[in-house]
Amino acid sequence: MNFEPLLRVKDLTKFYGERPAVDRASLELWPGEVLGVVGESGSGKTTLLNMLAGRISPSQGRVLYRDEENWLDVHACPEAVRRRLARTQWGMVWQNPADGLRMNVSAGANIGERLMALGQRHYGSIRQAALSWLAKVEIPAERLDDPPLRFSGGMRQRLQIARNLVTGPRLVFMDEPTGGLDVSVQAKLLDLIRSLVTGLKLSVVMVTHDLAVARLLAQRLLVMKAGQVVESGLTDRVLDDPQHPYTQLLASSILQA
Amino acid sequence: MSQAPQYNFAYLDEQTKRMVRRAILKAVALPGYQVPFASREMPLPYGWGTGGIQVTASILTPEDTLKVIDQGSDDTTNAVSIRRFFERTARVATTTRTSQASVIQTRHRIPEHPLTKDQILVFQVPMPEPLRFMEPRETETRAMHALEEYGVMHVKLYEDIARHGAIATSYNYPALVGGRYVMSPSPIPKFDNPKLHMSPALQLFGAGREKRIYALPPHTRVKSLDFEDHPFSVQHWDQACALCGARDTFLDEIVLDDAGRRMFVCSDSDYCGERRDNNAKAKNGPREAA
Repeated sequence: MNFEPLLRVKDLTKFYGERPAVDRASLELWPGEVLGVVGESGSGKTTLLNMLAGRISPSQGRVLYRDEENWLDVHACPEAVRRRLARTQWGMVWQNPADGLRMNVSAGANIGERLMALGQRHYGSIRQAALSWLAKVEIPAERLDDPPLRFSGGMRQRLQIARNLVTGPRLVFMDEPTGGLDVSVQAKLLDLIRSLVTGLKLSVVMVTHDLAVARLLAQRLLVMKAGQVVESGLTDRVLDDPQHPYTQLLASSILQA
Repeated sequence: MSQAPQYNFAYLDEQTKRMVRRAILKAVALPGYQVPFASREMPLPYGWGTGGIQVTASILTPEDTLKVIDQGSDDTTNAVSIRRFFERTARVATTTRTSQASVIQTRHRIPEHPLTKDQILVFQVPMPEPLRFMEPRETETRAMHALEEYGVMHVKLYEDIARHGAIATSYNYPALVGGRYVMSPSPIPKFDNPKLHMSPALQLFGAGREKRIYALPPHTRVKSLDFEDHPFSVQHWDQACALCGARDTFLDEIVLDDAGRRMFVCSDSDYCGERRDNNAKAKNGPREAA
């Protein structure tokens, strides 16, 4: 086994004009771990996620990713390398499935796109892979040729997950994966994500404002406020014994069902 | 036409032609790469061949013989008007015979008659970007070309097979040039795609509205995209040409009357005419001059 982190981030800062959206955030992500990033709107969660995923470049600080044996500086390496990582070893699940899916092409083509980008040129086997992934995310096989435009919100989100996981990534970034779904659909999706994550030994960085989701999925939590990481630790510890006043406020604001 | 020369040779001024030629040279050096150029207003509407006409104007010399075809035919509106345009502004010789032309401007077809190394084929291109239907952002398509990210092209073909059981794209069929750039071969039928491959003639593509020029130098490898289990294939007809009897040409279906009678004829009118002449000669001896 490998006891080195997958992602190592030191003093990551992003300025928008004068104001820092993310202020000296540091973190480490370990293989097989789900890291939740919680905080209110505007606290810099999504900016942090986008920097981790190499989608926006930081003003200061570095993101190091362990690609097999080598440490790779995500923002210093050529765009070609970054994009190759993004479609092979990484996945990105957006809150709005329309951002991560091609809404007008069939579910099968959506799942197959990454395979085709990697050079697979056998229609039959691409279709087979798409079918098996549909089954894994509990979408009926007869919807294979329907475009996501005709899917419900929950199905779209599950399709987006399948599309990302088809190339067997090691690291998946999720931005509010359950936002905008009603409670029962949300519960089903959380269940699915949890079983996939443990089954495939994925590492996940998940941004959410929903502490219940964070408690269910994340082993470790990062609490952000005004661009700064104010508290981090094991999820249960952070939520049951919050240290920072803001975390205390956050934890006490969970509605008790 | 005996009017005093009111235009510069071939309409465009010399500086513009230099600029277009530079773009052409770059395009030839990078087969399949779309070179931006400062496309000019031309005295015909966008979509009627403003790109092709600028390329032709820039490469034309007084000694050239020009042929212009539209959908394979020499006598459709677009072909006639562009041919007359260059008769007037460049006073070059024109022909309808493929074998006698040194420059051929075309829309929608490649002539059936094999081209030679002394000929240049100029295509009018409405949409130069093959990735556009999958990716609307120009910045993104440029990055995709630069990084050879062509997976989405197969998404389109996959979609075809999933919906129609076969690759239904029948014109403007995307092709990989020299193992590097994916290009859109202008709306020629996929029947003509194999003729792009290793052609001895220089092939230039001009898109006036989109302001792009690209090229296939002679003897360039051009591979039409496909799947291993759904290989590229061209159209076939059960009929032969109703006029000349050819079985190996691209046929147009022509509706004859309201009763639904129809006939299939070669789309390349010059090739068809030549074959009919030869058939007549073989049958009756030399045909009398009409």
